[in-house]
Amino acid sequence: MKIFVVGLNHKVADVEVREKLAFNGPKLEEGLMRFRELPEIQEAIILSTCNRVELYANVNDAAKASESVKTFLAEFHNINRTSLDTALYIYDDISAVRHVFRVASSLDSMVVGEPQILGQLKDAFDLALSKKTTGILLNRLMKKAISVAKRVRTETRIAENAVSISFAAVELAKKIFTDLSTRVFMLLGAGEMAELAAKHLISNGVKEVLVSNRTFERACELAEEFHGRPVRFEDFIQEMVRTDIIICSTGAPHYILTKTQMHKVMKERKQRQVFIIDISVPRNIDPEINDLDNVYLYNVDDLQGVVDSNMFERQKEAQKAENIIAEEIETFLKWLASLDSVPTIIALREKAEEVRKEELDKLFHKIQGIGEKEKEAIEYMATAIMNKLIHPPTAALKEDSENKDILVATIKRLYGIEGEKNGD
Amino acid sequence: MGVILFELALTLYFAATIVSVTELFKESKITSKITISSAVIGFTIHTASIIYRYVTAGHIPITNPHEATSFFTWCIVLIFFILQSKYKISLLSSFIMPIVFILMLSSSMLSREIKPLSPVLQSYWLGIHTVFAFLGNAAFAMAFCIGFMYLVQEHYVKSKRLGGLFERLPSLQTLDEMNYRLITFGFPLLTLAIITGALWAESAWGRFWNWDPRETWSLITWFIYAIILHARLVAGWRGKRAALLSMIGFLTIIIAFFGIKLLRKGLHVFL
Repeated sequence: MKIFVVGLNHKVADVEVREKLAFNGPKLEEGLMRFRELPEIQEAIILSTCNRVELYANVNDAAKASESVKTFLAEFHNINRTSLDTALYIYDDISAVRHVFRVASSLDSMVVGEPQILGQLKDAFDLALSKKTTGILLNRLMKKAISVAKRVRTETRIAENAVSISFAAVELAKKIFTDLSTRVFMLLGAGEMAELAAKHLISNGVKEVLVSNRTFERACELAEEFHGRPVRFEDFIQEMVRTDIIICSTGAPHYILTKTQMHKVMKERKQRQVFIIDISVPRNIDPEINDLDNVYLYNVDDLQGVVDSNMFERQKEAQKAENIIAEEIETFLKWLASLDSVPTIIALREKAEEVRKEELDKLFHKIQGIGEKEKEAIEYMATAIMNKLIHPPTAALKEDSENKDILVATIKRLYGIEGEKNGD
Repeated sequence: MGVILFELALTLYFAATIVSVTELFKESKITSKITISSAVIGFTIHTASIIYRYVTAGHIPITNPHEATSFFTWCIVLIFFILQSKYKISLLSSFIMPIVFILMLSSSMLSREIKPLSPVLQSYWLGIHTVFAFLGNAAFAMAFCIGFMYLVQEHYVKSKRLGGLFERLPSLQTLDEMNYRLITFGFPLLTLAIITGALWAESAWGRFWNWDPRETWSLITWFIYAIILHARLVAGWRGKRAALLSMIGFLTIIIAFFGIKLLRKGLHVFL
């Protein structure tokens, strides 16, 4: 019984790889069911967002499980098995718990503190619940992860960060353009932060929304979500002639828009002001574009600088969040340990012993004047009954069963054995 | 009486200037009320002083540098009120009131003597020509001011240091469009001023155009604004370039107005 995480994110894989491994739409449900049916996997959750694809599981043997998951991913997505070996990260036990907590708290996000990831994690968990692919361990892990994320959000200023970045982007747009409702907006690429900023901007009312993506299907999906029009990636520069605000986050490793291209665009759009927000890391738009007249290019750092120039403050907040996570890992591990059978066997025996002693004391107190021999016989009988009664559960606990965690929890519940208090 | 009215207007403009400049640092409902009310009262008294002078002199009081500067100032304040009531551009008063005050102050330092009107000026063209010219130039003065505000705001956005006035200044697009509108308002007036001036010159001196320094500078100014409008429509010169050009345009007007006066040469000697 072990928590096991396998996956990839924006840090280790670029968008082409992430796209290939993504579980989009109906594929998610199908993938989740097939993942759960793997013999090595006892509980399963799949989290698939623009910036990460992660599979969470409860396994007995992490090594076996990772092999089987890789084969599953390769088969399911029809990709080369060997290419996965380098791309994926694998965590188990404490490191897996830490990873899940960090993801939920948005410490692992492209823009640290962006709030969408928690919702995405909840959705992944909800789907798993409705498909009954999780059990006691992952349920607990997810609930804990969500409460950790909430704690991080309320006790640190990490979350303010991402919100204020989108907010700063909108404020800037309002200081460049008189009326956003007459402006055309284009989302170029995708990603947690870009979509968050786009939503924020669109909610402030723009005239038209365009969405372009390297994969046209994805552009269509996002266009539907934002009530916009999809644009083929080859055409985005042409569309810039009539676009006033652009949020770019394509994950391309190079510039997708050069100064000369932009110069031409500006000529064609008669030098009308244009506001470009480049959220991509590495940057997708040549920073020199900002030198052109009436072009205002901001990247994440610029926006961050606008929001808060105090690096030290931000690091302090991140450290605070890490401390909260460390603390919560501690309590989670305690709960995990309590699921282990040995302490439960001991607790069960202690509980039985306690009952036996209590009842014998009561009895000997009531009937006075019985001899030592009789006393011994009664005591013997009580012990025999106790042993006979606790033998089957003890044996079951000692057995190496697959669903031991459930068994442990059940026995604790049935016998009223107090475990670690884990108030959620 | 005329002196008292003029000095009173000057004092009120001064008050509006001081308060509006402090608004650059701290703005409140009270400060903006003080600014606007002293400007409005100042303008009313200023109007009264011009009317008083008109009555006393018996002709349109735009015949010497003192009167001209005073009337020019009056036009700027008028345009400021129109703009403010229609578009409510925040911080505009902080930028325009100092210009108003400086112009009014220079007017106060020029000779206020009422001289008998020279024969050349005794014409119905006097009212038409000067009103066109000064209203047009006042629009350009306002465009200068808005252009300057644009450059300030542009600097904040471009350099990505959004401190100071960034929050309170209007958007770049607003300032850019306002600048353009003022120039499209001022340009036909300047054109009319030049045409009426030529007609007047013809009737006074027998020639439409005399290459007098004032005429030449006006023509240069006209070309500058024509270029601004043309470049905007054809090449899309907007934003920073348009703002800079509109500032250069107004500076040539100032040079033409005061510089030529100092040289005291040419036919157009009265102003």
